[in-house]
Amino acid sequence: MTALQHKDVSPIAHLTPEDIEAIGRELDAIREDVLESRGQSDADYIRRLIAIQRSLELGSRAVLLISMFPPAWIAGTVGLSISKILENMEIGHNVMHGQWDWMRDPKIHSTTWEWDNASPADLWKHAHNELHHTYTNVLGKDHDLGYGLMRVDEEQPWSRAMLAQPLYNFLNMLVFEYGIAVYDLEIGKYLKGRKSKEEFSSGVKKVLRKVRRNALRDYVVHPLLSGPSAIPTLAANVTANVVRNIWTHSVIMCGHFPKGVETFTKQSIEGETRGEWYLRQMLGSANISGGPLLHIMTGNLSYQIEHHLFPDLPSNRYQEVAPKVQALFEKYGLTYVTGSMPHQVASAWAKIIRLSVPSTDQSYLRELDELEQRKPVAA
Amino acid sequence: MRRTTSSSLGGLRAALVRVAAAATTPLLPDDYLDLVAPLRRGTHRARLLAVVPETSSSATLVLRPSAGWTAHAPGQNVRLGVDVDGVRLWRSYSLTSPVRPDGSITVTVSVVPDGAVSTHLVRAAEVGDIVELEGPDGDFVLSSPLPQRALFVTAGSGITPVIGMLRASLAGLDDVVVVHSARTADDVLFGRELRAWASDGRIRLVERHTAADGRLTTDELEQLVPDLADRETWACGPNGLVDAVVGLFEDRGWSHRLHVERFRPVAAVLGEGGSVTFARTGATVDADGSRPLLVEGEDAGVLLRSGCRMGICYGCVVPLEEGAVRDVRDGAITVAAPGDGVLIQTCINAPAGPCVIDA
Ligand code: FES
Repeated sequence: MTALQHKDVSPIAHLTPEDIEAIGRELDAIREDVLESRGQSDADYIRRLIAIQRSLELGSRAVLLISMFPPAWIAGTVGLSISKILENMEIGHNVMHGQWDWMRDPKIHSTTWEWDNASPADLWKHAHNELHHTYTNVLGKDHDLGYGLMRVDEEQPWSRAMLAQPLYNFLNMLVFEYGIAVYDLEIGKYLKGRKSKEEFSSGVKKVLRKVRRNALRDYVVHPLLSGPSAIPTLAANVTANVVRNIWTHSVIMCGHFPKGVETFTKQSIEGETRGEWYLRQMLGSANISGGPLLHIMTGNLSYQIEHHLFPDLPSNRYQEVAPKVQALFEKYGLTYVTGSMPHQVASAWAKIIRLSVPSTDQSYLRELDELEQRKPVAA
Repeated sequence: MRRTTSSSLGGLRAALVRVAAAATTPLLPDDYLDLVAPLRRGTHRARLLAVVPETSSSATLVLRPSAGWTAHAPGQNVRLGVDVDGVRLWRSYSLTSPVRPDGSITVTVSVVPDGAVSTHLVRAAEVGDIVELEGPDGDFVLSSPLPQRALFVTAGSGITPVIGMLRASLAGLDDVVVVHSARTADDVLFGRELRAWASDGRIRLVERHTAADGRLTTDELEQLVPDLADRETWACGPNGLVDAVVGLFEDRGWSHRLHVERFRPVAAVLGEGGSVTFARTGATVDADGSRPLLVEGEDAGVLLRSGCRMGICYGCVVPLEEGAVRDVRDGAITVAAPGDGVLIQTCINAPAGPCVIDA
């Protein structure tokens, strides 16, 4: 099915088409179990979390009103950073995935949610839910593979500009929310003429409006409200945004870039069955291991594999399905890629650095080998 | 002088609102106020103050609406949005209270077999719960001036809007006949109150116990109320009863004196497929229920949004205005009654009966 076949050892060579469909059925059954038991306690979970996050934000912003006192600055900045991370990850990302649409609460719904991020919800939902989640790790289709800037897979062609990709990645990390917004505008698609001018410029307008509003809030209104503490409050807001950017960037790198994650060719997904789609999600994602706090702070993207298999199941349930999913990997001899946060972040960075230089092309090497062998012994 | 002060106050207020909005974007100041004052002016909610059992399968809920609630006219109804098992469901209920000085209102709910909302409200709702509240609505109310002679023909929980009218206006009504049907004497909602009024001579009450005596016919109604021709009449109950009364009044040419209220049918027709109406475009297609709404719509030339076309991206969500759909992946049925606007994914839902889509 795959670019996997380019690899020396295909990780799915041992699976028959029947196996693949059987995997699909088992995953459907896991999904079904969650749907059947989904109810009040899940609804209570997301409402409680939203209340906690909003209270934390209000509290932190209140403390920052006197941020000229260093302890207030520290407490307020830590609180605001955590609040922004929760808002983007466990709440915003998951609500916009439709994970909570089943509650039929118009205030917690994918069609009405807007988040504290430069990318407006509708642009983000298109780029993320419709493209990335549908074409996960398909080379040339899933632009999350290096965001069109970087080479994160051996199969992607190298160009000289990529020598600087560790630097781009670092800068992108610092301003990640703007990076996402630019990415969601699909500039590449527009330049290639596959996106109309009207659509593109209306997107640009939406992004600018959103950026302006968020900047006004964080860098003007709250500092001014702090009176004599204006400068420290401004610094606190900048810090919280950067902390949130670094954190979300790191978590997201862990999802698809670490070692062991597979990619796929465009042809491989033509006529893909449900089982094959599931299999692609299984092989194309990586988890982060850790405790409950890590899971909440990553928006349960620490269960990236489970999230990609079941993007619309409530995130608080990934934890309980993970052992079942992992058992399935074992049963079918597949590798469940997981590791601690530092390990996965390092692995992703290592890949970005390694691929910034052209690969030692293995097929080329093999041809050389063959040539060597054919060479007359005494030339 | 006063004008200047009040307009500059208004200006100050508007400026404060703008600052608050700028400080809370992308949320609204309201989203934070909801944390502390969910029933403040401008919201549409109510807090449950008490649950008072009526019959074995019904109860009256006493509710305190948000500040600024518009007083109702007895006979009108409200829509309650209740979270049952985490899912917000909406139902209409008649108000059974007169307008009260303390601003509280009551609705009386009877458990409907398999009725998720009614069962929840009667059996599981707890004092302090907050529900969504919309209304009041409806023109099933007493006429003004009050009629000299009034007749109320009701059955089952069809008595609920009528009890509200009687509680509010009985003092002003000289001649009232109530013909009420219920399965047994014990099933008569507000039985004690109605019988007390009857024994005080304030109303004439005719109880019909259908388990023993069968359903009331229009012939019997004419015999029971010989001066039917002279009475302003209100009828409320199951469709069978209301249809019969409407038929009788039409035949006699008395329709202008008849007021009716029907119960909203809660269960949609379930089947293998059905006609799908795309309300905005005006297209209607006959679907056999084997293909998703998205495909049916596209084939009929309706512009529908979509993304993954496999149920994961939620790029295809539109409101189901009415009818039933079936999730092609697991067979789960989603039902909407008029006004519900349940949001559904068109790419994985196929019609499971006639349905109307807002697209
Ligand atoms: S098109 Fe993606 S969920 Fe329907």
